[in-house]
Amino acid sequence: MSGKTLFEKVWNQHLVRPETDELPAALYIDLHLVHEVTSPQAFTQLRERGLKARRPDRTLATMDHSTPTTPRGADGLIPVTDVQAISQLNVMRKNCADFGIPLYDLGTINQGIVHVIGPEQGLTQPGMTIVCGDSHTSTHGAFGALAFGIGTSEVAHVLATQTLLQYKPKTMAIRVDGRLEAGVSAKDIILAIIAKIGVGGGTGYVLEYMGEAIRSLGMEGRMTICNMSIEGGARAGMVAPDDKTFEYIAGRPYAPKGAAWDQAVAGWRSLPTDDDAVFDAEVTLNADELVPMITYGTNPGMGMPITGYVPDPDKMRDVSQKLALDKALHYMGLQPGEPLIGKKVDVVFIGSCTNSRIGDLREAAKFIKGHHVADGVRLMVVPGSQRVKVQAEAEGLDQIFREAGAEWREAGCSMCIAMNGDQLQPGQYAVSTSNRNFEGRQGKGGRTFLASPLTATATAISGVVTDPRAMVRAMEHA
Amino acid sequence: MDPITTFEGRVVALPINDIDTDQIIPARYLKVTDKAGLGAALFSDWRYNADGSPKPEFILNQAEHQGASILVGGHNFGCGSSREHAPWALVGAGFQAVVSTYFADIFRSNSLKNGLLPIIVDEETHQQLISLAEEDALTQVKIDLASQILTLPDGRGVTFPIDGFSKHCLLNGVDQLGYLMSLETPIAAYEEANAARVNTLLGRPDIRRVTFRLRRRT
Repeated sequence: MSGKTLFEKVWNQHLVRPETDELPAALYIDLHLVHEVTSPQAFTQLRERGLKARRPDRTLATMDHSTPTTPRGADGLIPVTDVQAISQLNVMRKNCADFGIPLYDLGTINQGIVHVIGPEQGLTQPGMTIVCGDSHTSTHGAFGALAFGIGTSEVAHVLATQTLLQYKPKTMAIRVDGRLEAGVSAKDIILAIIAKIGVGGGTGYVLEYMGEAIRSLGMEGRMTICNMSIEGGARAGMVAPDDKTFEYIAGRPYAPKGAAWDQAVAGWRSLPTDDDAVFDAEVTLNADELVPMITYGTNPGMGMPITGYVPDPDKMRDVSQKLALDKALHYMGLQPGEPLIGKKVDVVFIGSCTNSRIGDLREAAKFIKGHHVADGVRLMVVPGSQRVKVQAEAEGLDQIFREAGAEWREAGCSMCIAMNGDQLQPGQYAVSTSNRNFEGRQGKGGRTFLASPLTATATAISGVVTDPRAMVRAMEHA
Repeated sequence: MDPITTFEGRVVALPINDIDTDQIIPARYLKVTDKAGLGAALFSDWRYNADGSPKPEFILNQAEHQGASILVGGHNFGCGSSREHAPWALVGAGFQAVVSTYFADIFRSNSLKNGLLPIIVDEETHQQLISLAEEDALTQVKIDLASQILTLPDGRGVTFPIDGFSKHCLLNGVDQLGYLMSLETPIAAYEEANAARVNTLLGRPDIRRVTFRLRRRT
């Protein structure tokens, strides 16, 4: 019998009921993250049926999507002015109070983007099953957890039973060997993977990222990669836990302590995929050949090396793909064969559950120090959590950003989802470190180029889409 | 939920690949706390001008397509965000089924929980349906869930896949939570057998605070 993959080990350990011909598997959920947008109707369902939350201790709620990131008022509070948002946040508060679920409320020290705070608190641990009514739950797979987004009906299922009905997905190995050139980062790896497999290429699969280039990334880079697994259509993305994983978790508030820690680590060490395990599919990528990536279209699969040219719909063989590209270029206001380097942008957004952690902010700050944001460009820097914000301020990063002419804001999803006041105006171009360039995603009529924090920062300085490698080299030699 | 067995409906085609749930319903409509009225926001950015007036060129605004209940989308329908508001909006606008060559995982799962059938067909049937709907707005197809057959206007029947459990729930008009609730005994047994892992967070200070407040109130 062949060995097991990381995914299969985690899956098997959580089976309350295995899958049969008639029924899906019932999977126990170790951690359920809840936010204000996808949970209200689930709590309503619980109330209608007179149900309680089964395991509030394995549930955590925060507010991030509809919350503004505008600076605090004189009272020290973050002002919420949108009446619908106020109502949604109040419903979240009432639901958490009524069902006994801990809530990291707006502006309090532990609040932040749901996928930033799980790892930050040490709640995200290897071998766990983690769900949230949010497709970027795949982020937590960076720790060797099986983590995926669910719908609101399923949020109710998990609240009521701590269990979820699932059919076993297939497995895909994504091997990235080689070493990244300076100026090329985790974000470029995942954008290259999605450009290769397409936005539907991972449908039905759980991805496991492996190989030298993945192992050499820190936990934040691994989170960036797993975060965008869903943009390739995958159910989840995972990275085998290793010493870097354990080091990241150790000492965090909810990490096991003392003897329990040693026991946990021993268990986690047995999780990596066995040498003789077989995947249903495999994809390989060579990091040596990677350059900074950027998207040109209206889904994350429409990406290319930043040095490339916008593709020509007339050269596509598949009619439906030609139509899709035509539509995308029309929306984006781009011409076939046009380079993106040198394209003027209006806004640069550094933030989102993909790239808003302290490492992302340090990298951007180091790069922008001594420079100024180009005239006519708005640079928004939005930390992923209040703790990231506090840490960044302790290191003086906020000062660097402010002196460079950037906006330093409160924590939240901000312009990644554009339902909180932070949004592009129609026709504006943005380079964004977020995860989706769908039509209207960052504001109705807004046009998004997805890229890494380095590319975003270089672009903010020059005012036009810029390959960060030359600036990175110059900085290293300075 | 009402049981679903057999229904006939008019077909409208939106043959665009990779229609994401942000197009089906943009995020700014997600600040609600119930499911009511989302049908009006379906495909909002494609359907309405900035002043809120309908765009006459958008197919769902055209008089001859009013009342269509079966939407044929392009490949990979429903990708992106996990928002269940997407099937709620489709159902709210009167759709009973969406047809594509394949669906994004979360959208498909969400649809099945809301009485919206995600029907997967082969490329040839998909193309035929698009052509038929584009040629004649009165094109009707019949969907029989029990036998898993979609019948085209020419009488040709095409089988479509659906997992047995979802089919059972839809045919009987029951939701999936009832079955999960019936698993109380194995769930409790699982928690007991895995207590060392499952109970590690019981002493969370934030939990103690919340439960203390709850107790004081009751």
